[in-house]
Amino acid sequence: MGKIHLEKVNKCFGDIEVIPSIDLEIEDGEFVVFVGPSGCGKSTLLRLIAGLEDLTSGKIFINGQDVSNSAPAKRQLAMVFQSYALYPHMTVYKNIAFPLKMAGIDKSEIDKKVKAAAKVLNLTDYLERTPGQLSGGQRQRVAIGRAIVRQPSAFLFDEPLSNLDAALRVNMRVEITDLHKQLKRTMIYVTHDQVEAMTMADRIVVLQAGNVEQFGTPLDIYNNPINKFVAGFIGSPKMNFISVHDAKQLGAFEIGIRPEHMNISKTEGRWRGVVTVAEHLGSDTFLHVKTEGIGTIVTRGDGELNINYGDIVYVTPNLNKIYRFNEKGLSF
Amino acid sequence: MATTQTKTLSRIMNLPAIVLLFIWMIVPLTMTIYYSFQRYNLLNPSRRGFNGWFNYEFFITDPAFFAAIGNTLLLVTGVLAITIIGGVLLGLLLNQAILGRGIVRILFISPFFIMPTVSALIWKNMLMNPIYGIFAHISEFFGVPPTDFFAVIPLLSIVIIVAWQWLPFATLILLTALQSLDQEQQEAADMDGAGIFSKFYYITLPHMSRAITVVILIETIFLLSIFAEILVTTNGGPGTASTNLTYMVYNRALLQYDIGGASAGGVIAVILANIVAIFLIRSVGKNLEA
Amino acid sequence: MARKITIQHQLGFTLLAWFLGLLMFFPIFWMILTSFKTEIDAIASPPLVVFSVTLENYIEVLSRSNYLKFFSNSVIIAGGSTLLALVVAIPSAWAMAFSPTRHTKNVLMWMLSTKMMPPVGVLVPIYLSLKYMGLLDTRFGLTIIMMLINLPIIIWMLYTYFKEIPSEILEASRMDGAKLWQEIIFVLLPMALPGIASTMLLNIILAWNEAFWTLNLTAANAATLTAFIASYSSPEGLFWAKLSAASTMAIAPILILGWFSQKQLVTGLTFGAVK
Repeated sequence: MGKIHLEKVNKCFGDIEVIPSIDLEIEDGEFVVFVGPSGCGKSTLLRLIAGLEDLTSGKIFINGQDVSNSAPAKRQLAMVFQSYALYPHMTVYKNIAFPLKMAGIDKSEIDKKVKAAAKVLNLTDYLERTPGQLSGGQRQRVAIGRAIVRQPSAFLFDEPLSNLDAALRVNMRVEITDLHKQLKRTMIYVTHDQVEAMTMADRIVVLQAGNVEQFGTPLDIYNNPINKFVAGFIGSPKMNFISVHDAKQLGAFEIGIRPEHMNISKTEGRWRGVVTVAEHLGSDTFLHVKTEGIGTIVTRGDGELNINYGDIVYVTPNLNKIYRFNEKGLSF
Repeated sequence: MATTQTKTLSRIMNLPAIVLLFIWMIVPLTMTIYYSFQRYNLLNPSRRGFNGWFNYEFFITDPAFFAAIGNTLLLVTGVLAITIIGGVLLGLLLNQAILGRGIVRILFISPFFIMPTVSALIWKNMLMNPIYGIFAHISEFFGVPPTDFFAVIPLLSIVIIVAWQWLPFATLILLTALQSLDQEQQEAADMDGAGIFSKFYYITLPHMSRAITVVILIETIFLLSIFAEILVTTNGGPGTASTNLTYMVYNRALLQYDIGGASAGGVIAVILANIVAIFLIRSVGKNLEA
Repeated sequence: MARKITIQHQLGFTLLAWFLGLLMFFPIFWMILTSFKTEIDAIASPPLVVFSVTLENYIEVLSRSNYLKFFSNSVIIAGGSTLLALVVAIPSAWAMAFSPTRHTKNVLMWMLSTKMMPPVGVLVPIYLSLKYMGLLDTRFGLTIIMMLINLPIIIWMLYTYFKEIPSEILEASRMDGAKLWQEIIFVLLPMALPGIASTMLLNIILAWNEAFWTLNLTAANAATLTAFIASYSSPEGLFWAKLSAASTMAIAPILILGWFSQKQLVTGLTFGAVK
């Protein structure tokens, strides 16, 4: 149904090589998230799969069929854009009906499908409105509706939640995950937000500078990051990196410790330091501790932690949870 | 941004416009250059032949020529000066909280929609006529002998008429630019203790510079070819006092039937326009970042 | 503005603005007023503001059957050239706005530069070519010329409006299976409709008021209102009221069109460079 295979995919814009060479195998029904910092080529990769950009070289197969040179419409894919890309002059009904109309489906059939999609997405009451009269979340749902009506073999999402406010984003995240469970279709989702990646994906593709750094399940990537970049990118707050003599003692060129893998004590511990920032979130407490030997590190404690700005604390890493990196930044 | 398929298609779609404009520009221009080296008068079409630089010499040594160049430039700069200074002042005025602003705007923009022949005739007959015109009545009222505008100050009269037509355009564009001026920036300047004039000089004027260049660019395109206003008011006279290059070439071609001479004049007009255009596009092109 | 504006200030600005506005509008007002006077009243000294209204000038101008011919020539040439230009300009603007190449900016600048060429530079060959082709003093010939002279401005304006349409929406339609013509007809054109409308309006205004080519390329047959009014420059004597009536009828459609579209026209005319 929706198996997508990339073979030595390469993309240049003029002289600039955005994607050197990517091989990727996405299984049918899988929810795959492309994540990486801005400019890493994740959106370009998605647009290549969509057919909105030409490959410079390489091949793309959908269900075993070479679609490298096919027009977007021929690829059986649907896409949800960052700006929603709704047709502002059409009602919600016509927006959702548009792909079906283009496919030449007859009116009664279109009506049935649009109404079904509207029901799934709670849009039934809004069908006669235009996008301008909808809230951000509703527009997002219309965009999704337009994607699901023609039952594509895969869905592509290009940072669909980045224009929504924080609370709505959490809701839509759940809705999209639910939708995936219902439809059981392949979904490729691009984001720069590692929280979205971790919470939604079956498997995550971490991209940097047009290269796949790592491809694996969220927990696999969290627990076994292949290199310093992935280790630093996944996880929030960021992993602390320490490269002074403490690293050598532990037998590595550089070590990484996640904030959640440290013990905080007021009386004793491995590293002594002063709290320069204390963020009390209620559920957690994040402390920025300026130590003497290893610079400023960030730690995470529970919400009741009674430590404030200017306090002296001792921080001790959980040695079982330490990541070790060599000179090239690779884990071992 | 696009695939090869759409790129190829877009080239094809762009082609008709490019071809049409290319033909429109190149073919007649080449013909003009060709004619400009020909002895060719419609009154005596059999005497045709290569004429060397004669047409150019004849056109340039015509005493009317330098007058025409001067008049052309005076016309353009005079109208630009009036419309831009007036436009900035009126723009500032109309940007204030005025009762009935919508109607005032309509009053101001109206002259822009009047066809040049009509506006020239209204001014010539009903306003500037030395006997029956409103201006004559006004000066009589003050006991001043009326002026025969088109006899005494023909070029200035035409500048006034043309400026009347273009002032609305400049005002409206500059007003639009003013309306997008950042309020917070103004308030910040207030907090910093800037007075009205320093605020105008350091904030408002730089903000409007882009709009001003646009006004200059567009008005110049049209002002270099002012024709109808001269035709219906002064016919270029008295003498050559209000003849611009456009009118001079028209005179050569359609009144004296001197195709060769008119073509030489046309080529000179193109060269003049190009000098102005290069200068303008250089300075405005950056501002017109599309 | 946080600063308080006193009532006196507001009143002062209002009075000044109204005064200057009425001053600007006065020539048009006076012309319309004169068109309802008798020829004797029109040149009365001192000028009459109160007079007995008459429609005789309008009746007389209209009864000269050729007035309607000039009028229809104006309509056909302004309207026809605008439609023709749109047919050529829409694909071109689409191409440059949504599929730009390295050369697009230069092409646009070049197009604008053709507008910089003074018409008088090509008057002779255009005049002779039209004469040779038998198109001199025909509506068709003038329509083509008018289309060509305004084409660069139309392309620029449409380009500006198209640029404001997010390309994501067109891409969405491509993903939805729309073919190119469907993309243009169902998505681009409806979205750009306000822009296309104001482009059309501006072009109709420019073509309606164009004077150089209409005066030089037409005589009896294809002459427009511009040329008709220009013919009033020679006769002397009692003709002001009739001139005013003819002029009022010549400018009325465009004046009204302009009033309704003034706001869009500003953005359009500056190629979106001023907002």
